[in-house]
Formats: sequence, C-alpha cells, structure tokens
Amino acid sequence: MKSLVCMKQVPDTETQIKVNSQGTGIVTEGIKYIINPYDEFSVEEALRLKEKFKQGEVVILTIGPDRCTESIRTALAMGADKGIHINDESLNSADPFVVAQALAAAASQVDYNVIFCGHRAIDDDFAEAGAMLAELLQIPQVTLVTKVEVSDDKTKAIVERDVEGGKETVEVSLPCVLTSQKGLNEPRYASLPGIMKAKKKPIDKKTAADLGITAEARLESREYSMPPERKAGKKLEGMEPPDAAKELVRLLRNEAKVI
Amino acid sequence: MSKVLIYGEIRAGKLKKTAFELASEARRLADGLGGDVAAVVLGPQAEQFAPDLARFGADTVYVVEGPQLDAYNTEYFAQALAQVIREKQPEIVLLSHTMQGKDLAPRTAAKLGIASIADCVSFEIDGGKLVGKRPMYAGKCSAEWVCKGSPQMASARPNVLEAVENPKAGKVEKIAFSPDTGRSTYTTRELSLDTSGKVDLTEAEIIVSGGRGMGGTDYSLLEEMASIFGANAAVGASRAAVDAGWRPHSDQVGQTGKTVCPNLYVACGISGSIQHLAGMGSSKVIVAINKDPEAPIFTKADYGVVGDLFKVVPEMNKELRALLAE
Repeated sequence: MKSLVCMKQVPDTETQIKVNSQGTGIVTEGIKYIINPYDEFSVEEALRLKEKFKQGEVVILTIGPDRCTESIRTALAMGADKGIHINDESLNSADPFVVAQALAAAASQVDYNVIFCGHRAIDDDFAEAGAMLAELLQIPQVTLVTKVEVSDDKTKAIVERDVEGGKETVEVSLPCVLTSQKGLNEPRYASLPGIMKAKKKPIDKKTAADLGITAEARLESREYSMPPERKAGKKLEGMEPPDAAKELVRLLRNEAKVI
Repeated sequence: MSKVLIYGEIRAGKLKKTAFELASEARRLADGLGGDVAAVVLGPQAEQFAPDLARFGADTVYVVEGPQLDAYNTEYFAQALAQVIREKQPEIVLLSHTMQGKDLAPRTAAKLGIASIADCVSFEIDGGKLVGKRPMYAGKCSAEWVCKGSPQMASARPNVLEAVENPKAGKVEKIAFSPDTGRSTYTTRELSLDTSGKVDLTEAEIIVSGGRGMGGTDYSLLEEMASIFGANAAVGASRAAVDAGWRPHSDQVGQTGKTVCPNLYVACGISGSIQHLAGMGSSKVIVAINKDPEAPIFTKADYGVVGDLFKVVPEMNKELRALLAE
C-alpha cells in the first residue's frame, strides 16, 4: 500500500500572531512551527495502512522553506519512508491553486494508491488544496474523512466522512485524495529508534523548474490586519448564583439585546 | 449578462439560510457594479426555491436538472456548477463556506483553473474588482484578497452577511446537465443524519460551550440551556473537553476545530487558551462563567460571572425559561 501524504508546516496553535508593520503578512520571528495537526492524522493513517498490508511505502510531500525539513524528519521518525521537499520562492507561500499544481506535478512523478491531505491547514485556512489536487489529477476526492477501510486488492476504499449534521459512508475507487479530519486516529509519537533511523532516510529536494511548472498566481493578498481588540466587559463577582444569573440574563436582554 | 452568480445550497429538502445571505450580498455588489444577480440551484427539487431566491434579490434562477444531481456528489455538482459558469460567464461567483461549500468550491474552481477566496466575512468592490476580507490563523488576523483569474470566485462564512429582502423577478431558466460520466467519483452507501434539526455550530446564532470545568461527559445543563434558546442554538466544547473524550470532535470550537461567530457565545468552564479564543473571538457577545477570576477568557468576555458553573447555569436556565416563555 503506497500512500503519498501532503504535509504543511504551520505555526503552533498557541502562537500569538502579529501582522507586520507594512501589513503585507505576519511577523515570523520567534514562531514555533509544527506539522499541521490535520496532516498528522494523514501521516498516521498512511502508516497504519502500510502496517496493515505489511508492505508499501509512505512518502511525505511538503512545500515550504528550509525550516520544513524539520517537520519532514518528524514524519520520517514516526515511520514514513521518504520525503519530497519542494522548496522554491515562487511556491513557498503560493495560493491554493498554485500549491495544488505543484503537488499534482510532484505526485505524477511517484507511485501511489492513495493521497492524503489535511482537510485544511490551520494557517491560511483556505481548505482548498486537497480538492484542487484531486481535480488536477482527475481522481475522486473524499473530504473530512474520519474512517478509511481499503479493500484487500487495493482498488477501492470504504470511507466515512463528516457531513453537516452527520456522517456519510462512501465507496471510492483508488487512487483518490482523502482529506483528514480530527477523529480519524490518534497520531503516534516518534520513538527514539525512529528518530535515529529518520536521519538516514532520503529527502528529495525539488524546485518549480524540476516539476516543470511556472507559478501563475490565481489569488493575491492585500492588506493584513489584526481583529478589533476585545476588551473585558462587566464582571459579576462575589454574588450569590441566583443573583448573578438574574443580573446576567437582564444584561443580555436589556443591554446586549441578544436574547 | 449576470454580473454575480450565487450557488443556492439545498440541504434536506430546504434551501439553506446562507443562500439568502449570499443573494442579498450579491444584490448589493451587483447594484454597485450595475448588473444582474443570478442564482443557480441543482437537483430535482430545486425549482421550487426560485421564488425564495427572487425575494432576496435574484433576477434569474438557473435550475440544473439531471439524474446525477438527485443527491449531493462532489464531482457531478462541481461539473454542473462549472457548466453554468462557463455558459453564463458571470464576473463573480459566490458560494457559502458551509461543509458542502468547502467540498464543492475548490473542486469547481480547479475545473475552471482558478482559486476561490474562501471563508470571507465581508466583500467590497474596488476598481471594479471583488475584494474579500477573510480571517486567517483561525481569526488571529485577517487579510484582504483579490482574484487574478476570471471569473472571480469567493465563499462567504455563514451567519455573517445580512439577509435582506429585495424582491426581483427571479425568472426561471432550466439548464440540462451534460455530465462527463467518464470521471471517477465516489458513490454514497449510507447517509446518517441527525434528524433532531440541530443547527451546525458554524451556523448557530447562540452557542453554549463547555470546557475542562465540566469535569466529565454530562453536558445536560448546557444542552438544556441550548434547548431553551431554541432551534438556532447549539452546544460546543473546548479542545480539552474533546481530547478528554467527553464530546465528539465535531463539537470542538477553536483553531483545530470550528471557527464560529454566533450572536451569543456562552463559555462555561473554559479558561480561554489562545487557540480557543481565536476560534470564537468574532462572536458578537461573549459570556464567560468560570470559577477562576484570573481565567484568560474574562479578558475577552463582554459579561463574566465568577462562580461555579454548576450553580450558576441552573439558575440561568430558570431565569431564561421564565423570560423566553413570555
């Protein structure tokens, strides 16, 4: 079972984001980076499929600057076999379509039964690259996946996905793109021997030229801004619960007018 | 020619409220540009919704019919939407960033060789071009985006844009779907939907949310409050509560869960981590109930009660029941 796992490096969820003084992006100094949490579910699911079939390969595909090597090594330490690191100024902060083009070009150079993407990356939150990748490769997509069962002959999968207000179970032929949702699995930690082995695993470096693509932006960002600062409002302290509840409900009705 | 085309999402035999939000916004944008608004609806039951879309500003309603469109399927719905866009050539295409919209918009965009400005909270026209403002990093910052390709495509966050009635003709035009059945797609085996009519967190007007302070799986106090508020209220949870296994992951509010923007967010026993505050920080009014007077949530809350939620919430429910029964 061969899986290609698209993985993005993103700022840790506890990062306090600040917009730079020109308003062209965020301040990147001092940010601690992690593997996008939804991509961790992808790595784990790909490893489980390889273990279940007792053969195969898990390839990590990342686009981003030099710092992304660390995240690829983490995935290799979890058990993935090799990495492909696309590192090109024209692609490193590209829009979802250009990202999908680069991923599709890289995917067409490797063998896979299935491609995993996180259903979204928690930095730019577009939630588009996975579906676009599937369309560019002309294969099906199943998004927001919480359960995957691949048939013994690896030609199809039964997949459970989140839909509004419930679950949908679908049958899909392979290869396809699956986008991972929380609930799919509990990602493992890298073991010490895993970390040692990861140091020797190969990471292929690629540029846009290697992939034969030219990045033509479909979207462009303009002014970045911080959300309006929320201030602490009224605090009801030292009151008996019935009094506090009464006062709170009165405020919500008469002052905030939301109920 | 239509300037702005919106996709009207139908779910469980009903046109979603977000379709009205989109139609109203499209009307505003099209009036600014001097053009028409068209809506597209897909499937066998779609035509009945044309008058509703007209009421909120649609000049034309395209109804696409075909056996592949009986139930939602990513590939066929994207093909149908792309077909209408190619035939009608709108300048702007708007969808809602609902669970279906997130699945459909990027697939459709890729068929057209464009990208979509996803999850916008406001739009404006600048120099004849659409500008979409969207939160990023779960709302820790925002940025304005423009499209470089054509048509310009964007999706709107549910429950943010205002739905305003503005009756127009809503002339129905039927379009026969010409599918490419050579494309591989999934087939639905089973659809299990919660039939209680509960609203999704991202579209709820009121959210009652519980965190570590709930101490376990019993959320009945919060469920009770939500039910007093009615059908547009939902129960949410913090990451701590979800990771502890007390609540399903679909209830999680925050950067690794759902970003929400209800009119009222009631945080019970939630201390307020950075990633949680990012996910609910754009709520119109925030209430926090927490034992710890130093909890970070109080720095963002419009109204805070320092106290034991298990004592305060039952009293609130009593008050709310009496008030809302009036």
